[in-house]
Amino acid sequence: MIKVKINGQEQSWDGDPDLPLLWFLRDEAGLTGTKFGCGQALCGACTVIVDKEAVRSCITSINDVAGREVTTIEGLDPNGDHAVQKAWRQVNVPQCGFCQAGQIMQAAALLMDNPKPSHDQIREAMAGNICRCGCYQRIENAVYLASTGV
Amino acid sequence: MNFIDNPGKLRGFEKNIKVEKVSRRSILKGLGITGGFVLAAPVMSRQAFAYETGAGKMPHGVVVDPRVFVAVAPDGTVTILAHRAEMGTGVRTSLPLIVAEEMEADWSRVKVQQAHGDEVKFGNQDTDGSRSTRHYLMPMRQIGASARTMLEQAAAKRWGVPATEVKAVNHEVVHSATSRKLGFGELAADAAKESVPSIEGLKLKDPKDFRYLGKGQVGIVDLHDITTGKARYGADVRLPGMKYAVIARPPVTGGKLVSFDPDAALKVPGVEKVMQVRGWPWPSKFQPLGGVAVIARNTGAAIKGRDALKLTWDDGANGKYDSVAYRKELEEASRKPGLVVRQEGDADAALKGADKIIVGEYYLPHLAHVSMEPPVAVADVKGDKAEIWAPVQSPGGTREDVAKTLGIPEGNVTVNVTLLGGGFGRKSKCDFALEAALLSKELGAPVKVQWTREDDVRHDFLHTVSVERIEAGLDKSGKVIAWRHRSVAPSIASTFAAGANHEAPFELGMGLVDMPFEIANISCENPEAAAFTRIGWFRSVSNIPRAFAVQSMVGEIAHATGRDQKETLLALIGSPRIVKPAVKDMWNYGEPFDSYPIDTARLRKVVELVAEKGEWGRAVAKGHGLGIAVHRSFVSYIATIVEVAVDDKGKLTVPRVDTAIDCGTYVNPERIASQIEGAAIMGLSLAKYGEISFKDGKVEQKNFDDFQVLRMDESPLVTNVYIVPPGPDTPPSGVGEPGVPPFAPALMNAIFAATGKRIRNLPLGKQLEA
Repeated sequence: MIKVKINGQEQSWDGDPDLPLLWFLRDEAGLTGTKFGCGQALCGACTVIVDKEAVRSCITSINDVAGREVTTIEGLDPNGDHAVQKAWRQVNVPQCGFCQAGQIMQAAALLMDNPKPSHDQIREAMAGNICRCGCYQRIENAVYLASTGV
Repeated sequence: MNFIDNPGKLRGFEKNIKVEKVSRRSILKGLGITGGFVLAAPVMSRQAFAYETGAGKMPHGVVVDPRVFVAVAPDGTVTILAHRAEMGTGVRTSLPLIVAEEMEADWSRVKVQQAHGDEVKFGNQDTDGSRSTRHYLMPMRQIGASARTMLEQAAAKRWGVPATEVKAVNHEVVHSATSRKLGFGELAADAAKESVPSIEGLKLKDPKDFRYLGKGQVGIVDLHDITTGKARYGADVRLPGMKYAVIARPPVTGGKLVSFDPDAALKVPGVEKVMQVRGWPWPSKFQPLGGVAVIARNTGAAIKGRDALKLTWDDGANGKYDSVAYRKELEEASRKPGLVVRQEGDADAALKGADKIIVGEYYLPHLAHVSMEPPVAVADVKGDKAEIWAPVQSPGGTREDVAKTLGIPEGNVTVNVTLLGGGFGRKSKCDFALEAALLSKELGAPVKVQWTREDDVRHDFLHTVSVERIEAGLDKSGKVIAWRHRSVAPSIASTFAAGANHEAPFELGMGLVDMPFEIANISCENPEAAAFTRIGWFRSVSNIPRAFAVQSMVGEIAHATGRDQKETLLALIGSPRIVKPAVKDMWNYGEPFDSYPIDTARLRKVVELVAEKGEWGRAVAKGHGLGIAVHRSFVSYIATIVEVAVDDKGKLTVPRVDTAIDCGTYVNPERIASQIEGAAIMGLSLAKYGEISFKDGKVEQKNFDDFQVLRMDESPLVTNVYIVPPGPDTPPSGVGEPGVPPFAPALMNAIFAATGKRIRNLPLGKQLEA
């Protein structure tokens, strides 16, 4: 039996230990805010925070996070008012919105690590998260805004 | 108007249904689509529109009825239906906002509800062709004005005063003479009893009184949900007892399953069943390719199970499709005369007599849509009833196709439209919903079919592949006197009917026969090209290759004559005028030429605006260059300036992009800017990396590692967007697609300015490193 804490709640799994965390979250735990985009850690749509680090849940097995603390977009802030989320709304970042949960989690992890990133550091840190609609200019501005206070 | 608390009772609109002969989805006339008599809602008479659009000619036309689109609850909450699909353009906000504007509703008290697929009830729902605002600005205003009028009439009756003395203002109706007020909620029940006013007599708001339209102050309705993970896309639908499926499809279009061994798959924990999926012979419009489905308790188990399948395929006739060889065929075809699709003057003779001939042969490969959300659908089929939840651009078409595929009446099919995690034309084809329907029927349980990214890249309805060859003849003064453009590309029509080897009128009309330059001798030709895979609409469609060729050629002419790119472009556009359609029944995005002419004054204007705001001709650093391009598509006019920097190793960066768009009367400038910003990124993405290639009939790419799309660290540092203020009564035109076509040629003109290298073959790849 694998035990993992997700958004503060203990969850357990006794199925395939190799099951990617992504599918556990989405299909077993019903936390559909985390998205499937590529399955190969190429696009970042599935980004969650494990302890304090952004990870791609599509290539992270449920066994890899046993005993650890997973935060998904649903658990980032109880009211959805994390600085990054607020900045996202202020800048009207999303178009289709599908990649945005992954983008927001990546940005939140970046700011934990580097609370005042430069524009270049933002562009580099966010380069693993693809947005096909092309919201990059706004994402960059929103992360910067979140780092300077919304 | 109806009540939320009693909607069934107030669906009086059915009374007005009459049987009309309506053309079905006949985008491709006579190709695999049967005509017939269908029930249709009353289609707006043309005279009722303040300006004319092609909306009424779409399948099922337009429904202008407040009782269908608006509900007012007793607590004053106004619910407005969004009947078009939201894929990122903002339409789910923009169209309801128009209704709210006209009915004087307070946007903070408006709820938007997504309509299911029912074109008899809602009118056409095909969310493509950059049509939503242009077809629905006026109908939505009329719906809002009707609702407002009904509320005003109800208040006037309550107070016993003439309706002319009352006025709806910000969610209330007021009688200023006696300072009386009634909220919309208080009036809802009475207003619902009022008859719907005639459209001819409606009083629309004076645009100067608009609070929302044209202001760009309203965020999209899903903004909070998107940032908190609550927004529901196709893949997020979960039903009790739902099974998860992935499908192994024939690797070659038109291939067939020979045999399969499910044993290893069935041993994977969580896998419950392996079953065959019916496939249709190619071409079959949007019918599934067939294959083998793995059914499991979660998607991860289904994918693992599929990896363990042993499969044998018969590749069929397309097993020899090879992109390297095919490109040579296209190039050869472009060098010989083909079907003449436009002729003015005598281009042959003029080319013979020209002082100088400039030849440009441009190659653009297949492209995959790769929306961030891969295709996905949930179906629950019980007996002769089916319910679908899916991210589809064509809810009405999906309903028709599900009914046809299952052999049940269309009325028994409910299509729930989720948010779309990107569309770009891919989700206009509902094959994934049909797969889910077939599987659910056979399993007797709800099922979700999830496409992986590999499935998406390998089994897309791809953007065509094309060679565009232009020969421009110049006289001694450098004036272009002859223009021959041959376009060779497999047609979207080939997805509907075998042997459709010429491009369809709607493809020819995207930048080929409608090319607006003032040149005396023009010939456009379309040599034959057969398709060997599924070709489909991709954002901007044939405008991508056409604008690339035409606008690159402008850069080539500028260089050959030693003139400025922008001046060369304006000289070719010529005098401000309305261009007469050069061919009979020329495609104009379905719009009448009367209200949507080819207006070179507007084309010139966006060039001049972007040149002014984008500081055309500014001094740039060494290794930098500026490029410009303009294109009319989806009846909008758009010009782009790209600044590039190329370092001595050939590494490309894009410091700045400036774009000017004239899309007529507009609703939400903030979303227009976001579409254009995104188009620059998609434009750069396809120019730099976009290529799907085939070998032995199979797509060679599989995921974002080998079909790369642009990432943030290489995206333009800044994209500035300038919107041309609309003239009075200028009808709205497209926004979602027109931004893409001018980007790649502006980029290549800029690269030429920076490096002297003319890039004629896309993608750019490593060409600058050589």
